Amino acid sequence: MKNHPIPFLQIPGQAALVLLQQLGRLAMFTGQAVFWAMRPPYYWRQVWRQVIDIGYYSLPVVGLTTLFSGMVIALQSYTGTSRFSAEGESSVATVVVLIVTRELGPVLAGLMVAGRIGASMAAEIGTMRVTDQIDALDTLATRPMQYLIAPRVLAATLCLPFLVLVGDIIGVFGGYVVAIYQLGFNPSAYLASTMQYLEAFDVILGLIKAAVFGFILSVMGCFHGYYSGRGAEGVGRATTNAVVYSAILILVADFIITGLVFVR
Amino acid sequence: MTMSTQIKIKGLSKAFGEKVVLDNLDLDIPKGKSIAVIGASGTGKSVLLKCVLGLIEADQGSITVDGVETLGASRQTREDVLKKFGMLFQGGALFDSLKIWENVVFRYRQGKNLNLAELRDAAEQALADVNLEPRVMDLYPAEISGGMQKRVALARAVVDRPEILLFDEPTTGLDPITSGVINRLIRSAVDRLGATAITISHDMTSIRAIADDVAMLHGGRVIWKGPVGDMDQTDNPILDQFVHGYAEGPLTRYAEQA
Repeated sequence: MKNHPIPFLQIPGQAALVLLQQLGRLAMFTGQAVFWAMRPPYYWRQVWRQVIDIGYYSLPVVGLTTLFSGMVIALQSYTGTSRFSAEGESSVATVVVLIVTRELGPVLAGLMVAGRIGASMAAEIGTMRVTDQIDALDTLATRPMQYLIAPRVLAATLCLPFLVLVGDIIGVFGGYVVAIYQLGFNPSAYLASTMQYLEAFDVILGLIKAAVFGFILSVMGCFHGYYSGRGAEGVGRATTNAVVYSAILILVADFIITGLVFVR
Repeated sequence: MTMSTQIKIKGLSKAFGEKVVLDNLDLDIPKGKSIAVIGASGTGKSVLLKCVLGLIEADQGSITVDGVETLGASRQTREDVLKKFGMLFQGGALFDSLKIWENVVFRYRQGKNLNLAELRDAAEQALADVNLEPRVMDLYPAEISGGMQKRVALARAVVDRPEILLFDEPTTGLDPITSGVINRLIRSAVDRLGATAITISHDMTSIRAIADDVAMLHGGRVIWKGPVGDMDQTDNPILDQFVHGYAEGPLTRYAEQA
């Protein structure tokens, strides 16, 4: 065993080197995914398959999540605003639509799709790695980065905004249902308040966030699957890591984007 | 008759951390010969095959295919060389998300302007060559047995009529009857195509059925090479132990020391 001059620095030093190695690998992987997504041949069938899987089959889970979130926000905002204001109707409508479009829609969709699709990408690509299917692609004159990774990243980046747009509508509808049928608000007044304070930028910001989150979750899912360890344990760890790191990075990115557009 | 060398491996070394797997290995494979690479587990047979395919980067040495250096070659050169290869992976490595016929013509369809009917015809013919009926064409790999998967993988490997065929443990996990079928199909494909073949296997029955020559790997190098028929009369104690499967011998002592 080697003698290190400062032994207590050995473990943090090794951890830092591993971290830097992983970051470098991730950066190169991300760069290659973007590079190959823009170069022919384009595997449109693969892209379409992912679009269906991400955009279509994620609709129920995103819809249900945003529906109940919209309902909860309506109740909670009513509890909050009724303590200092009598104008609950307009406050609740505004809070619901702003929180859903700017924040909860994209974040919840990102987290739910990370759990559903990010994990599935990591498991599928990890299994392909373990069963030599990725090596087989290589020997069959097909670049794995172009055939496997680029379509997934492209599809997730394009589909998340669509999912969030649908989720926004469902979330606002959830708030409306609670406001009208449980809190007894006037429907037309509630809708008028909803539209009065909603700006196009609120929706656009949510869609930009969604695209970024889609990119993050697909890159993390593919990256952890692509570099999955051997055996069932390796694939299991890759799947877990894909979901955990996606969730963390989505929340970090959410804060950064919100901070960039924040105006006092 | 003198045969020209199609694959020339010289001074090939590969280590994983401190474990040296290939150590200055030399091996020439003549055009049209079927050679089996044998050796105990962990002697680097699969690593050698992956180095030949460029799936693993060797630390040093040279691998030329028809005179073209492949180590450190550009992606384009590597892709051009890979077109000469057909590979049968240990587990078949069929793509789960594609139907059987799509797996078979996966590379065959690239760069060819063929319609669906033509592609299916090509797949059907390739499957018939490995004794599979057209009814499997629209199934997925998970819906057929391991032996059938191996045959589909063989059909995929040979459909392009490659010059060089690589087989990684072609009979692992198969019953003796199915192994016999696979061996016969491999030998017939190699003969039909006049291909150069490298087979990695522990299965001596399979090696006798498939190979013309045998190369024994030990300690990261080729320690014996010769015609398959000479294996039984060898005075090399390592090869002798491996071929006959003796529990005691130099391989056992080597494994205990490692």
